[in-house]
Amino acid sequence: MTRTKIIPDKYEKDILQIKKISNEMINDCMQCGKCTAGCPAITEMDILPHQILRHLQLGQFDKVIQSKTIWSCASCFTCAARCPRGVDLAKLMEAIRLINLRQKGNDRLKVQNIGQLMTDQKMPQQAVVSALRKYSK
Amino acid sequence: MRKIGVFVCWCGSNIAATVDVKQVVEEAKKMPGVAYAADYQYMCSEIGQNMMKEVIDKHNLDRVVVAACSPRMHENTFRRAAEEAGINPYLVEIANIREQCSWVHKDKEAGTEKAIALTRAAVAKVTLNSELVPGEIDVVKKALIIGGGIAGIQSALDIADAGYKVDIVEKTPSIGGKMAQLDKTFPTLDCSACILTPKMVDAAKHPNITLHTYSEVEKISGYVGNFNVQIKKKARYVDMDKCTGCRICTEKCPSKKAKSEFEEGLKNRGAVYIPFAQAVPNVPVIDTDECIKLKTGKCGLCEKLCPSNAIKFDDKDEIITEEYGAIVVASGYDIIDLNKFGEYQYDHPDVITSLEFERITNAAGPTNGKFLRPSDGEKPKKVVFIQCVGSRDKTERGKSYCSKICCMYTAKHSMLIKEKYPDIEAYVFYIDVRTPGKNFDEFQRRAVEKYGVQYIKGMVGKIFPEGKKLMVHGVDTMSGETLVIDADMVVLAAATKAKSDAIDLKRKLNISTDINNFFTEAHPKLRPVETASAGIYLAGACQGPKDIPETVAQSSAAAAKVIGLLNKSKLVNNPCVSAVDESLCSGCLACTEMCPYDAISYKNIEIDDHGKKIKKVVADVNEALCHGCGGCTVTCRPGAIDLKGFTNKQILAEVDAICH
Ligand code: SF4
Ligand code: SF4
Ligand code: SF4
Ligand code: SF4
Repeated sequence: MTRTKIIPDKYEKDILQIKKISNEMINDCMQCGKCTAGCPAITEMDILPHQILRHLQLGQFDKVIQSKTIWSCASCFTCAARCPRGVDLAKLMEAIRLINLRQKGNDRLKVQNIGQLMTDQKMPQQAVVSALRKYSK
Repeated sequence: MRKIGVFVCWCGSNIAATVDVKQVVEEAKKMPGVAYAADYQYMCSEIGQNMMKEVIDKHNLDRVVVAACSPRMHENTFRRAAEEAGINPYLVEIANIREQCSWVHKDKEAGTEKAIALTRAAVAKVTLNSELVPGEIDVVKKALIIGGGIAGIQSALDIADAGYKVDIVEKTPSIGGKMAQLDKTFPTLDCSACILTPKMVDAAKHPNITLHTYSEVEKISGYVGNFNVQIKKKARYVDMDKCTGCRICTEKCPSKKAKSEFEEGLKNRGAVYIPFAQAVPNVPVIDTDECIKLKTGKCGLCEKLCPSNAIKFDDKDEIITEEYGAIVVASGYDIIDLNKFGEYQYDHPDVITSLEFERITNAAGPTNGKFLRPSDGEKPKKVVFIQCVGSRDKTERGKSYCSKICCMYTAKHSMLIKEKYPDIEAYVFYIDVRTPGKNFDEFQRRAVEKYGVQYIKGMVGKIFPEGKKLMVHGVDTMSGETLVIDADMVVLAAATKAKSDAIDLKRKLNISTDINNFFTEAHPKLRPVETASAGIYLAGACQGPKDIPETVAQSSAAAAKVIGLLNKSKLVNNPCVSAVDESLCSGCLACTEMCPYDAISYKNIEIDDHGKKIKKVVADVNEALCHGCGGCTVTCRPGAIDLKGFTNKQILAEVDAICH
């Protein structure tokens, strides 16, 4: 049986970066699950929205960055609108996606390259949009 | 020359660790007017106080400076000791070398230097202190209770039993408040009406209690011991003395469109109505917005039918003025408006609040106690309860605090259903279950263990009506399972909130509220039933969410404070009040505008101006009302008004001494 340390120090920097990008208070979340209960995309998710937040609270960056959830999230902001603690989970999802894009190096998109990327079925559309918005010059 | 004694306290290591007390003593000895200086480990202890008394006696001291903790803590202690040693207590000054010095510094040298400066300032001030004698005020032996719910009733009964007169002012036509609307009460499940009604009757029958129902506090002036209160008695249009409570009028009234407040709008009532069967007083009122006669001049059926001639359409609002020695605020709470929570479909008839649920399970309620859906009167098969609707919600839709009572009443509701109808499925969605009261957790666990209520840790995200069903989308956060329950009814445990008119009442009473508009106690731990305004006390949920046992306990506590106050024949005034130098006062009355306590008025005096008699207007301070805030002294341009114990001269002397 493998045991993981609940709060690994090695991801401290990544979590900090998520906080910085999103400007959201991760510890405000009291794990009520209302985000999950109202989310239209949960059937496509491997980790539920409130669980993404819990992993962030526990510093488990590896779990969230590898999840399918961050790409299934439709950025509909339903979670953000309903969260009783005023946590904008959609923003956090976006921050995780951004970090992924940066770490993968796909952060210097040019408009003319999009056509080619779109044909690559592995690249989610959302990633293209995000990358465009933040990094195309 | 003054003979001042300086006593420097170590406060154990609290002061001595950061301040060189010996050096403070040495420096103090050199200060002008100081005849004696010493240090001691604990000045506030009996030994410390005795030492002070002996020294005062032996060295014939006429003024004292204690360099110790905050005056809030021990000013009274040292004033009393000085008085026992024969000097006027207002000739004592405290130099705060703990909170304002040793606690905020680490460097001993700097700390010592500051302690010396603070002591020097106190010595400079005390040199100019004069003897002050507090005035005395009479106490009106009667109390006012604002609000006739369980909190107000309990306070009133306790005060009345102690032999004092009490008036209850209640806004609605009957006393009883929210508790009267409840079915059963946790954790013992005794019937709410059965335990409340006798108390309501006791209050009505008590020779010392006067009920002013359908009345509101209009204006409050005065001060502790002598409050002057105007009460508006709203026109009832029914003569309280003539009415026998036969109810012919309420039955025959043709206008029946109004929603009954008591039944949470689940039932209609007439324009002339008694809010509920056990109402006290058992006399109807006529709702001016609904009465056909009052609106159009037609109808008048009740007047014709009343066998006792009790209906009086020419009734008018009346303002009465009463004097009170003390006031208890027991104005209660409300629940939030759920319209902002669109995802929960509160506009659907089968989505109800917990208070509506209370009426639906109540044998005297709109369904005669049968648990039926409001939409079609059918018996539901699945009921979903949602806790924390708007509670612990930091967004603008809700309230950031825990409403405290919902965990328990939801457990009660689910249990009541399962007890009566074991075939109904009951689900409770919760974020955390909080049950810290006596026998509370046992009660909640009983719902789960004995009655099989399904508790799900997770919030509901949305509700979609589908045919006759309400599709409740939730999540079990523990298992990570997302759920959709096809419910027949949904009960929302809506957040409690302060009364919408709390701010209004706060202004009338000159007390304070917190950010949630609940009234604030003078100290959260040590003075929980007092307000910062002397003579005004708090009871029940107007101070914050509270259940019945807590409310009753606090109400009795407030009553004890009131009894203690009314029991005094005279109250002693704070002598540090402002005083007007009439020869300097220009009569501009700027101070009257500024005073937050309405303590300053004016008077006409006659002065002798070089042999000529002339009339002049000057400011006049009511010492009983003055709180000694000093606002007026800085407003006065000719400098005619000064605060006793804190005169301009004294303050300047302090500043000079610090800048030394
Ligand atoms: S709704 Fe908000 S508080 Fe509740 S689990 Fe989701 S993020 Fe946390
Ligand atoms: S923003 Fe994403 S996580 Fe939030 S409700 Fe929409 S799809 Fe779900
Ligand atoms: S009919 Fe007259 S006596 Fe009877 S309840 Fe009405 S007002 Fe009172
Ligand atoms: S000191 Fe304050 S309370 Fe007293 S009269 Fe002046 S302004 Fe009013």
